[in-house]
Amino acid sequence: MRDIPVEKNLVDLYFRRVLYGFAILAFLLLGGMFVFLIDLGLPAFQEVGLLNLLGLEWNPPLKSFGILPFIYGTLVSSLLALLLATPVSVAAALFLTEIAPARVGAIFGFLVEMLAAIPSVVYGLWGLFVVIPWLRTSVEPFLRGSLGFIPLFSGPIYGVGMLAAGMILSIMITPTITAICKEVFRAVPRPLKEGVLALGSTRSEMLWIGVVSSSRSGILGAMILGLSRALGETMAVTMVIGNTAEISLSLFAPHQTMASAVASEVAEATGTHLSALGVVGLVLLLISGCLFLFLRISLRKGGDSK
Amino acid sequence: MNTRRWLNRLFLSGLCVLALIALVPLFSVLFYVVSHGAPSLTPEFFTSLPAPVGDPGGGIGHAILGSVVLISMCSLISIPLGLGMGILLSEYSQKPVSRLLGVVVELLSSIPSIVVGLFAYALVVRPFKGFSAHAGAVALSMIMIPLIARTTEEMLKLVPRSVREAGLALGLPKARVILSIVLKGSVRSLTVGVILAVARIAGETAPLLFTAFASQHWFQGLSQPLASIPVQIYTYAVSPYEEWHSKAWGGALILILMVLGLNLVIRFFLPRRRDG
Repeated sequence: MRDIPVEKNLVDLYFRRVLYGFAILAFLLLGGMFVFLIDLGLPAFQEVGLLNLLGLEWNPPLKSFGILPFIYGTLVSSLLALLLATPVSVAAALFLTEIAPARVGAIFGFLVEMLAAIPSVVYGLWGLFVVIPWLRTSVEPFLRGSLGFIPLFSGPIYGVGMLAAGMILSIMITPTITAICKEVFRAVPRPLKEGVLALGSTRSEMLWIGVVSSSRSGILGAMILGLSRALGETMAVTMVIGNTAEISLSLFAPHQTMASAVASEVAEATGTHLSALGVVGLVLLLISGCLFLFLRISLRKGGDSK
Repeated sequence: MNTRRWLNRLFLSGLCVLALIALVPLFSVLFYVVSHGAPSLTPEFFTSLPAPVGDPGGGIGHAILGSVVLISMCSLISIPLGLGMGILLSEYSQKPVSRLLGVVVELLSSIPSIVVGLFAYALVVRPFKGFSAHAGAVALSMIMIPLIARTTEEMLKLVPRSVREAGLALGLPKARVILSIVLKGSVRSLTVGVILAVARIAGETAPLLFTAFASQHWFQGLSQPLASIPVQIYTYAVSPYEEWHSKAWGGALILILMVLGLNLVIRFFLPRRRDG
């Protein structure tokens, strides 16, 4: 919508200046976030050094501050979440756009949205007392029994750990991925679907060839948005991942993510330890910033090609 | 042909099952929160301080009050700023400042809340040497401002251009048109936006852990640590005591009732498609 041009007027001028002031405040907040986090992390860069910060061991009492275990934990838990959430979300989006009658679809969509309204700490509580006992007594022993030859499913079972974190995260990002997929599937032109049907395909072949395959880039975009949600998710993960700075292939082993490390350690940290956590926050900020830029640029490209 | 028909049925039913799996966690969470939380909800739970481990009774009254204080402070900061930014985004959308602001607001809302908390820590807690309600409110505001700015922008863009032109044709200054016509006509939908934002930040925990921190006392001033429902749930949940766990479930029930209640209210309150 184009702005409506008006003559200069004193009231307008001041009104606009106030609004500009608000905008400048927003720019300052964003800039300040980088400046303050760098300021917080700087002592760690000086005292520990970049090379040691990229180390494999995090042990504050022994002055080793390697943040790689956290990066590993964040990446693996988020990817696991994506792996679990994508099929469910795509199916949910297909169900509510293509299969369910309008009213059922609306109720279903509302319920999926409600998944996003539940606070993270409540998911954590539920994960701690409902999901983890279930994982410990049934799922993980079963997985180890049947797939134990794969390193991912071997090792001692604690209940808390990577698998629990990945599962809870996958529930939390399902509404995000579903919402985007829904929009993407709705945008598939009707003639395309009718054309596929007219060629004699069954309904499921139409859904697969006509809807899902033609929306591949949109689904990828939804996955990346889900990934960016998963990377920063804190409370639920902190409560179920076991809070151990370790790198282990086993999905049953306790780990730590960048967000959960900051959440569980900052309140008691001082000196270099605090500063190193500042670095962890900075890395998280940079990663989420990069994903944001990537999404923005790819969205713009998608818009141009239309 | 027969195999294709069977494959079709298999695919479609598999799809429905997968889709329904998405809802299992929702019902499971609600079931456990209600069944484990309901027994703790006595009047005392809402009005009294936590009892020491081993003593019966006690509540999370201080945390409920703390959440109310935090949400009020945060709303006081965020509503004017968010509305202002939303107005700039919608009514001055051609200005370069406005376009840049659009990107910044989106970026701000994509930053993980834990990072926002760390920023509030470095900005407020560290210089003033102590956890405080102020720091918690700053952290929550950083999350709430972009939320309100974006919904305000969307809601104001729904107001037809002709309405603005009519105001301008009467000789009103643009500021007047925005404040008395565009905003006034959207009060309802803007309220919905604010309520949604409140529902969203009411459950925020991570940025409060090391800003407002936690407390076992009633409100003691804005420069002191302040308890809140979500942080209290976390503290109780990770404690080793059985009775604290049941209080965590009680707190979760209050939080869920609040958040889902607000969402349901909005469903009925949401502006229906205007006629014409």
